[in-house]
Amino acid sequence: MAELCTNSAESSMRKLFSAVLKRDLLLSFRRKSDLVNPLIFFVMVATLFPLGVSPEPNFLAEVAPGVVWVAALLATLLSLDGIFRSDYEDGTLEQVILSPQPLMVVCLAKVIAHWMTTGLPLALMSPLLGVMLFLPATAMLGMVMSLLIGTLVLSLVGAIGAGLTVGLKRGGVLISLLVLPLYIPVLIFGSGAVQAAVAGLPLEGYLALLGAMLALGMVLAPFAISASVRISVSG
Amino acid sequence: MLEPLLRVIDLYCERDERILFEGLAFDLSCGELMQIEGSNGSGKTTLLRILSGLSGDYEGEVFWRGKPVAKVKDDFFSSLLYFGHQPGVKGMLTPVENLQWYSAIHPALLVERINCALEVVGLKGYEDVPCHSLSAGQNRRVSLARLYMNTAKLWILDEPFTAIDKKGVAAKERLLADHVASGGSVILTTHHDLTSCGAVTKVNLDQLMGT
Repeated sequence: MAELCTNSAESSMRKLFSAVLKRDLLLSFRRKSDLVNPLIFFVMVATLFPLGVSPEPNFLAEVAPGVVWVAALLATLLSLDGIFRSDYEDGTLEQVILSPQPLMVVCLAKVIAHWMTTGLPLALMSPLLGVMLFLPATAMLGMVMSLLIGTLVLSLVGAIGAGLTVGLKRGGVLISLLVLPLYIPVLIFGSGAVQAAVAGLPLEGYLALLGAMLALGMVLAPFAISASVRISVSG
Repeated sequence: MLEPLLRVIDLYCERDERILFEGLAFDLSCGELMQIEGSNGSGKTTLLRILSGLSGDYEGEVFWRGKPVAKVKDDFFSSLLYFGHQPGVKGMLTPVENLQWYSAIHPALLVERINCALEVVGLKGYEDVPCHSLSAGQNRRVSLARLYMNTAKLWILDEPFTAIDKKGVAAKERLLADHVASGGSVILTTHHDLTSCGAVTKVNLDQLMGT
């Protein structure tokens, strides 16, 4: 009997997760500008950088890991405010809070949807930027891998800030201040992984550290996100 | 003597150093319809947000079926349907998609009744139109369609008749009367006179306003 109960609870949780994920993905695909915005920003930074600093291939190859990672981080930061903003404004967020379903699952699904529409395309597009910045072909895989893991961490951590500031009219600046310090370790190990790949060193260590951050974020961030959303809505 | 569904004891709330209400107490039993009255800014919405559990910014106690609300959150939330200031409708989604999502997050909303509910609220033929191209009243109707597809016991409705036409209001009043007759309870705020709902308990916040 108890087993039956946990089974049905598990399947209802899965249903809830997929319903929220589906809805958020549908919403971003209907509002294409949100989808394209971070990508354009990402490409623009990488395009303007050689023009502004130096088009010298050796120099660019050296700074490419950092440039790609900083651009990806800022593109994610730009898109954070949108995770809860529109739900808060049209009242759907308070309906989520008042539903008997666990808020954590809803929050996690929203974060995964956010990552699938920002981090995932950024990571998939990064080889293009790598080519533009003369990144050696051997480092491409490391860059994509580190971005795939790292941007998910960025989305998870950023959602805590987005939840805390969603009740404010202009939360944009505050989000950056809140989450940037927490982004720094991700940036260090993320770009470190790419640099190791460029140098031909093993990058498993960096990826393992990013993976550890991801595991920690996956387990703990949903608690923090749901608490922060609750505070914002009840305020 | 049956236990009241919702019991409020000595509720006190203050906003911006202004007391909205103090010593507010009432019982809501099954099959009761309660209208919260008061002028603009008297704290009607605040009271409904407190009762629904959205806002924790109050003193006093709220009991659900004889137990403090905070202790029986799951039971309370599964029996509650809240209709807030904002209709809670996504402009980019169609009415059907909006309601499907609602039934996913709230088990008391039955997904198989969506089409029927949309027909009753007069949105038949608009099922596949994105809500942002519907009128304000139609958007509120999408959200009100939830009332026709749920099995929740307690409805908390904040100004449900805003932007709804006369015929729609009459239909909603009938719906409230049916819900009450079948043992459900309703708390609502409205400036509209409820004529066809039967007995209405009234709570006036203006009289409770402190200094």
